[in-house]
Amino acid sequence: MSKKLVVIGNGMAPGRALERLLDQAPEAYEITIFNAEPRVNYDRIMLSPVLSGEKTYQDILIHDDAWYEKHGITLKKGCKVTAIDCAGKTVTGADGSVAAYDKLLIATGSAPFIIPVPGKDLEGVLAYRDLDDVEAMLAAAEKGGSAVVIGGGLLGLEAAAGLKERGMDVTVLHLMPTLMERQLDTAAGYLLERAIEARGIKVVTGANTHEIVGDGKVEAVRLDDGTEIPADIVVMAVGIRPNAGLAKEAGLEVNRGIVVDDAMQTSDPDIFAVGECVEHRGHCYGLVAPLYEMAKVVAERLLDKEAGYEGSVTSTRLKVTGIDLFSAGDFAEGKDREEIVLRDAAGGIYKRLVVRDDKLIGIVLYGDTRDGAWFFQLMKDETPIGEMRETLIFGQNYAGGSPLDPTAAVAALPDDAEICGCNGVCKSSIVGAITEHGLTSIDGVRARTKASASCGSCTGLVEQLMSLTLGEGFTPGAVQPMCGCTDLGHDDVRRLIVAKELKSIPAVMQELEWKTSCGCAKCRPALNFYLIADWPGEYQDDYQSRFINERVHANIQKDGTYSVVPRMWGGMTSSAELRAIADVVDKFGIPTVKVTGGQRIDLLGVPKENLPAVWADLNAAGMVSGHAYAKGLRTVKTCVGTDWCRFGTQDSTGLGVKLEKMLWGSWTPHKVKLAVSGCPRNCAEATCKDIGVVCVDSGYEIHVGGAAGMHVKGTELLCTVPTEEEALEYCAAITQLYREQGRYLERIYKWMDRVGLDAIREQVVEDEARRTALFEKFLYSQRFAQRDPWAERVAGTDSHEFTPLNRIAAREAAE
Amino acid sequence: MNDMVMKMESEHWFTVGRLSEIPRRGARQIILPRGPIAVFRTQNDKVYAIDDKCPHKGGPLSQGIVHDGSVTCPLHNWVIDLQSGSAMGTDQGCVRTYAVRTDENGLVSVSLAAPSE
Ligand SMILES: Cc1cc2nc3c(=O)[nH]c(=O)nc-3n(C[C@H](O)[C@H](O)[C@H](O)COP(=O)(O)OP(=O)(O)OC[C@H]3O[C@@H](n4cnc5c(N)ncnc54)[C@H](O)[C@@H]3O)c2cc1C
Ligand code: SF4
Ligand code: SF4
Ligand code: FES
Repeated sequence: MSKKLVVIGNGMAPGRALERLLDQAPEAYEITIFNAEPRVNYDRIMLSPVLSGEKTYQDILIHDDAWYEKHGITLKKGCKVTAIDCAGKTVTGADGSVAAYDKLLIATGSAPFIIPVPGKDLEGVLAYRDLDDVEAMLAAAEKGGSAVVIGGGLLGLEAAAGLKERGMDVTVLHLMPTLMERQLDTAAGYLLERAIEARGIKVVTGANTHEIVGDGKVEAVRLDDGTEIPADIVVMAVGIRPNAGLAKEAGLEVNRGIVVDDAMQTSDPDIFAVGECVEHRGHCYGLVAPLYEMAKVVAERLLDKEAGYEGSVTSTRLKVTGIDLFSAGDFAEGKDREEIVLRDAAGGIYKRLVVRDDKLIGIVLYGDTRDGAWFFQLMKDETPIGEMRETLIFGQNYAGGSPLDPTAAVAALPDDAEICGCNGVCKSSIVGAITEHGLTSIDGVRARTKASASCGSCTGLVEQLMSLTLGEGFTPGAVQPMCGCTDLGHDDVRRLIVAKELKSIPAVMQELEWKTSCGCAKCRPALNFYLIADWPGEYQDDYQSRFINERVHANIQKDGTYSVVPRMWGGMTSSAELRAIADVVDKFGIPTVKVTGGQRIDLLGVPKENLPAVWADLNAAGMVSGHAYAKGLRTVKTCVGTDWCRFGTQDSTGLGVKLEKMLWGSWTPHKVKLAVSGCPRNCAEATCKDIGVVCVDSGYEIHVGGAAGMHVKGTELLCTVPTEEEALEYCAAITQLYREQGRYLERIYKWMDRVGLDAIREQVVEDEARRTALFEKFLYSQRFAQRDPWAERVAGTDSHEFTPLNRIAAREAAE
Repeated sequence: MNDMVMKMESEHWFTVGRLSEIPRRGARQIILPRGPIAVFRTQNDKVYAIDDKCPHKGGPLSQGIVHDGSVTCPLHNWVIDLQSGSAMGTDQGCVRTYAVRTDENGLVSVSLAAPSE
C-alpha cells in the first residue's frame, strides 16, 4: 500500500515538487493537497500580465483540474489547514476534516506585509499576492479613478504599470530615495524612475505613509509631511513575510521562516517544507528559481534518494513591458572589488559589473539586459574573467568595438540647447557657422558667433561641437577633468547641467556618463554646489555630499571639536551680544575665545554634541550662524566711516551691514569675503578682499579679485558707481556671475584670472540688462538660501549628527 | 555552528542601533571607553565599523564624505577603505576594523572582539 503524503499549500513550489515526484514514482504516495486559495496551481509570477491585460487567468494555469484527476490527487480547494498534530501525524482543515499523513510537505508560501498605519483595514486597501487581489484591482480599474501603490519595489512597480495600463491615475509612494533600492544602485534607480514617470505614473520617493484616510472606504493617503493624495484604491506592496505561523504552532523550529536543512527537512523528520515559507541557511527566498531548486530536492528526498540543497544565487528582472532591467549578486563596494561601469546616456543604458578576485560578483543592467543571462552564468560558475576583463562589459557578442565617444554628450544635445550662456548662443548656430563659413579654429567660431568669447567657460563644449562637426579634422584641446570619475572638465559639466536640465546628482552622473557609481569626495561637493546654484528652489540639497563643516555648520578642528562663530553684521556688536557670548563660554566651558581677522568672535573647542545647545543660547540672544565654515559668504568687514571717522566720505559701516544682510547664506564656489572702507585710506583692507568697496566723495569704487591667503593679491578696480543702491546691485551681480562661472573651490581672483576682468566688466558694468538679470537671479536664490542653519538644527533638523548612535560602558565592553 | 562558538560570539556582539538611524553615505559614532568607533552605511546599505581615528593624524573618520566603499577623512583628505581599514592610493596606514551584521529587523550589531575578515 502506498504511503500518505499531505501537502499544505498549492503554490508554484509544491507544484514543481509533485511533478518531479510523479515523474519518477507515480505510485509512491497517495496525495492530498489542502489549499486556502479556492483554485488550482497557477503561475503567480504572471499575475502582472493578467493585471495589465496581456494574459488571462486561463493562460497562466500550471495544473488544471484534469491533471489532479489523472494523478489521483485529492485537491481540497479553499480549505485552509488550521492545525498540524506532529505526534498523531494528522492535519486538520478549516472544514473540520482530518487527514493522516506519513510524510507532510508544508508549502504555505508567504503573506504580504501590511504596514500598520491607521486606515489599513479600510475597504479598497489591497495587497498584491493572488488572483483575488488582481480581480479586486480590475474591478476598481473599471470605474477609473486613482490608485496609490505603496512600495516602489518589483511588485509595486508591476502593479502600478498594470493599473496605469487599465486607465487609472497612478501614484507610487516609496520610502527610500530611489526605486528598487535593494536590487538597483542609484544610477539604475534614477533611470527606472524616469521610465516609470514617462508612462504617466507619478513617483514620490522619500514618502512615509502616515495614514490612509477614508470613511469606511479609502479616499486618500496622507504622508508624514501632510501631503494628501486622493485614492480610490491603495495597493500595499512593501514586502512579504514567510507564512510560518502554522508550523510554529505545531512546535516546529521557526525563525523568520520554517527552518529546514539541506534535505529540506524541518525539525520533525517526517515533515518537509518548501518554497517561500522556509528559511534555509539563514535565507528566505522570494523568487521562483530557488524554490524550484528546493522542489527538486524535496522530490528526491520523499523518495529516499540522496539530494541536497545548498542555497541559491538569485537574479531579478522587472516584468514591465518596455523597461529592461536586471540585477544579481552583491553590488556593494569595497577595496577588494573593482567595478566596471558603462553608461550610454543617449541610449538610456547603464551597466555595472562588480568584480572581486577576478570573478564577477554583482551585476546591474538597465536599458540593455541582453547579456544578463550570460553575466549571471559567469557569476554563478565563478568563471575567472581575466582575459575578458577589458571587454567584458560590452557583453558576449563583443567584437572589436570602438571606445566610448567623448563627444557623445554634446552630440545628444538638442539643436536649441544653449552652449554659451554669456552671449546666448545655441548649438545649431555654432554648428551652422562652422559648416557655412568653413570654420576650423576656435577663434574663428568666436569671431563669427561670439560663443566662448566672453568668460570662456564653454570653450570645452564649443571645441567638442567642432570636432563633432569637423570629425578628424579638429582635435580639441585637452580639458582637465573634474576628477577621476569623469573625463569632463568643470565648465563642461556646468554647461551640460543647464543645457540638459539635470537636476540631481544621479541624473548628472548618468547623463554625463560618470565612470564610478557613487562619485568621490571631489566631484560630489562640486556637483551639489552646481545644482544648488543652477536650480534654486528646485534642487534638493544632497547633505551627504557636503564636507563635514557644511553638514554640522561649524568648523572642525584638529582634535575633532568644533569652532562656533556667530555673525556680527558688518563687524558690529553690542553689549547684549557680548554678554550672551560670555555666558555661553562660561556655561559650556569653552576653552578658547578668539577675535578673528573678519571682525567677529570665534569660540573654539566645542564638542559636537554641545553645538545645538550653544547655538540655542546664541540664537536666543538674536545671533545667527556666521557661516565661518562655508563655501559661501563669510564676512563683510567695515571701518567706521562717516559715523565716527574724520576722513569718512560715506557710511561704510551702514553699507557693510546692508551688504552682509543681502549676501548672507548664499553658497558660492569658494569662500567669499568683502570689506567696505570709508575712504581711500582703506582701514577695512578692502583691496585684498574678494570684493571690496572703497568709498570716495563721488560714490563707491567696486574692486574685485583680491586675496590674502596662500596668495596675496590686490584687487582690480571694476568701476565706480554713484549710489549705495548701485553698489549693492553690482556686488550681488558679481557674486552671481561668480556663482554661475566659478569652478568649485576656485576663489574669485582665480576665476577672474581665468575669464579676465574685461569679461566681468562686460557683463556686470556694460550690459545693464545682464546685470539686472544677474541681480534678480541672485535675489531669487537667496529666498531659498537665507535660513539660519543653527536655528533649524536647534529645532531638530539632522539631530543624528550631534549624538552618537550608542555608548557602550566599560563593564559591558569587557575589552 | 557548534554551541561553543555561538556562545563566544554572543558575548562580544553589541546591538548598537538601527540601520535607519545611520544616514546613507554617512556614519554614526559608537562611544567606547577607549574611544569612538565609526559605523558607516554606504549607498547600497553595506555597513562597516572601524575605529573613528584616521591613521594620518587621528581625524574623526565618521565625519568624512562616504563614497562607494570608502571614506575621505575630513582633516586632510586621506581616503580609507572601509572594509580593510587601510589607506588607499599612495598613503600608508591602517585603522582597526570590526565585524558588523544587520539582522532582518534592521538592527545593527558590532563585534568588539573579532576583526572582520
Ligand atoms: C505579482 C507577483 C509577481 C511575481 N513575480 C515574480 C517574478 O517575476 N519572478 C520570480 O521569480 N518570482 C516572482 N514572484 C514570486 C513568486 O510568485 C513566488 O516566489 C512563488 O509563487 C512562491 O511559491 P510558493 O509555492 O512558495 O508559495 P505561494 O505561491 O505563495 O503558495 C502558497 C499557497 O499556500 C496557500 N496556503 C497558505 N497557508 C495555507 C494553509 N494554512 N493551508 C492551506 N493552504 C495554505 C496559499 O493560499 C497559497 O496559495 C511574484 C509574486 C507575485 C505575487
Ligand atoms: S578707511 Fe577712511 S573712513 Fe574708514 S576708518 Fe580709515 S580713514 Fe576713516
Ligand atoms: S593659517 Fe589657517 S590653516 Fe594655517 S594653521 Fe592658521 S588657521 Fe590653520
Ligand atoms: S587626519 Fe585623516 S587625513 Fe589627516
